[in-house]
Amino acid sequence: MGAVGLLLIISAVTFGIFFLVPKAAGVTSDDLAARFAGKTPDAATLEAIKDRFALDEPVPVQYGKYIKSIVAGDTYDTGVETIDCPAPCLGYSFRTNQPVFDEIVDRAPVTFMIAIGAAVLWLLAGITIGVVSALRRGSVIDRVSMGIALAGVSLPVFFTGLLSLAFVVHRWQLLPEVNYRGFSDNPFSLLLPWICLAFLYAALYARLTRAGMLETMNEDYIRTARAKGLPERTVVVKHGLRATLTPIMTVFGLDFGLLLGGAIITERTFSLPGIGQLALDGIYQSDLPVVLGATMVVALFVVLANLIVDILYGVVDPRVRHS
Amino acid sequence: MGDKRVARGRRPELVDDAPGGAASAPPSSFVEVRDLRIHFPTDDGIVKSVDGLSFALERGRTLGIVGESGSGKSVTSLGILGLHNRRNARVSGEIWVGGTDIVGADPETVRKLRGRTMSMIFQDPLSSMHPFYTVGKQIVEAYRVHNDVSKQVARKHAIDMLGRVGIPNPAKRVDDYPHQFSGGMRQRAMIAMALSCDPELLIADEPTTALDVTVQAQILDLLRDLQQEFNSAIIMITHDLGVVAELSDDILVMYGGRAVEYASVDDAFHRPLHPYTWGLLGSMPRLDRERTARLNPIKGSPPSLINVPQGCAFNPRCAFRDLNDGRSETERPELVELEPGHQAACHLPLDKRRELWESEIRPKL
Repeated sequence: MGAVGLLLIISAVTFGIFFLVPKAAGVTSDDLAARFAGKTPDAATLEAIKDRFALDEPVPVQYGKYIKSIVAGDTYDTGVETIDCPAPCLGYSFRTNQPVFDEIVDRAPVTFMIAIGAAVLWLLAGITIGVVSALRRGSVIDRVSMGIALAGVSLPVFFTGLLSLAFVVHRWQLLPEVNYRGFSDNPFSLLLPWICLAFLYAALYARLTRAGMLETMNEDYIRTARAKGLPERTVVVKHGLRATLTPIMTVFGLDFGLLLGGAIITERTFSLPGIGQLALDGIYQSDLPVVLGATMVVALFVVLANLIVDILYGVVDPRVRHS
Repeated sequence: MGDKRVARGRRPELVDDAPGGAASAPPSSFVEVRDLRIHFPTDDGIVKSVDGLSFALERGRTLGIVGESGSGKSVTSLGILGLHNRRNARVSGEIWVGGTDIVGADPETVRKLRGRTMSMIFQDPLSSMHPFYTVGKQIVEAYRVHNDVSKQVARKHAIDMLGRVGIPNPAKRVDDYPHQFSGGMRQRAMIAMALSCDPELLIADEPTTALDVTVQAQILDLLRDLQQEFNSAIIMITHDLGVVAELSDDILVMYGGRAVEYASVDDAFHRPLHPYTWGLLGSMPRLDRERTARLNPIKGSPPSLINVPQGCAFNPRCAFRDLNDGRSETERPELVELEPGHQAACHLPLDKRRELWESEIRPKL
């Protein structure tokens, strides 16, 4: 229920940003319509847009129509043709003549594959390195991996991405060109974006895991586990890591949700047609419906990811379940 | 009893004969600690948490280790279980448990003894049990490390153990999480876990401090019953002399990482021979005393374990320090046997101590 309320609030905020703020700044409804229409609109399109968003009506009616089109779909009559935008209608791009939702669905596989592959890599690497560093605190392994982690946090994807493209793909030709458009393509061509993105996050997660493990391994229940005569590996994994992972899960939910809304820099660097790239193109081309739609989708993913984390928390931590 | 007295009487020679602990005689008691030292090197200096401790314990008997916070009680107990991290603790001396020297044995051997031959009940059962696993699972885990049985069999055993420590409706409570138990129930569950493999040595580190008085009494009764059933040796670590009087056969009073008095409970309570023990007895509330009588706390605070006073560690706080011409300030008193089975470490002449106890201390208790 909370999530539905949150989505309503998000829709209100995006609505406010895209419609109310310009209005308050003195932008006329014609100008506003022009922004939605792309670069060179004709009069009929402008009328259709004004009608579509009820730009000349009072604000509550505008917002009502905006919500209604998302929930129930919408049709535009441009005078020349009637455009059908079925629910969930996140808007209609007059540049590409496509409902925004369809465009997002087209792009989603790319973004999803980038996010999932990178997440698997960074979780495996980050947590493993974090645990080893914590257990061998102060050792060479710890220092080296924390040094690399610091570098990882500090190096943006457009740096590592461009370097790896230049050397790994072009000069040494160790990996094929990064080329991925949909589920029918081989996902392993995304290996390089995965590694670059995972490098950034793995560094962060290694530090998180290390800090968490250092704290957990000093807990009384770890001493109890040892006192029971459990092998050290069981103590570390079953008792230590289990407790450490719970807070990390929260962070992961947020990061992953945000990535699903488009890894803008990664997609840009590797020229991958994902949701982030779609939004970016929308901004470049003043295709406001696309920007609006992409914003809603990103928000939706973050909210959903949070919701899932909340539910998982109950599964993982019995103290949450019972209170 | 006689057996143990022999062991005690012989101990000073053993320590002298085998300072390195390599070629020492095998132990005659079930638990024998010889010249145990546990030091922690820190940036500020070496913390000598335990500095030359020796005692012995037979199966079926209980030793109470008493002392203030920081006297080395808990460090000793963790040392017996071999739980000190070898990277930050220096452990020397000998700890014989059932024929194995914990200090010298390899970690894997010690691990296999833990939980099975010797186990421990910790002070705070809420933080000492894993919050994410059910009580049953934690007992099952403790049982299955040492016993090759199926999960079903282990679960039955866990329910059995919970019932035995007096948890009502154990078949249902076995699936509860620690936070769903009350404090007393948690401590019972902790005991069930510690006893799941029928350990021969049970170390209880302040098992009743976190509990209210009625539950304390129940837990002590439970420990006594279980000891009779399993014939285990119990080391009871506490700062509560009442608990010691209730349960122990012998008592070891620790101060500044060393034993200052080691005697039977009867001797320690009725004929104590160390001023620190007198102080502890004087600061203990008693029901048979007039309500207007004030408790006599020991003045001052425990010594820093980095710079333990050169002479007697208790000297700066001792009420009778002026009675022995400054010897206690320069020379550390050794623990010596003054009466059969009764040792104390104090420079005051024995007769003087007996006289002080009878004339000054005892009447005020």
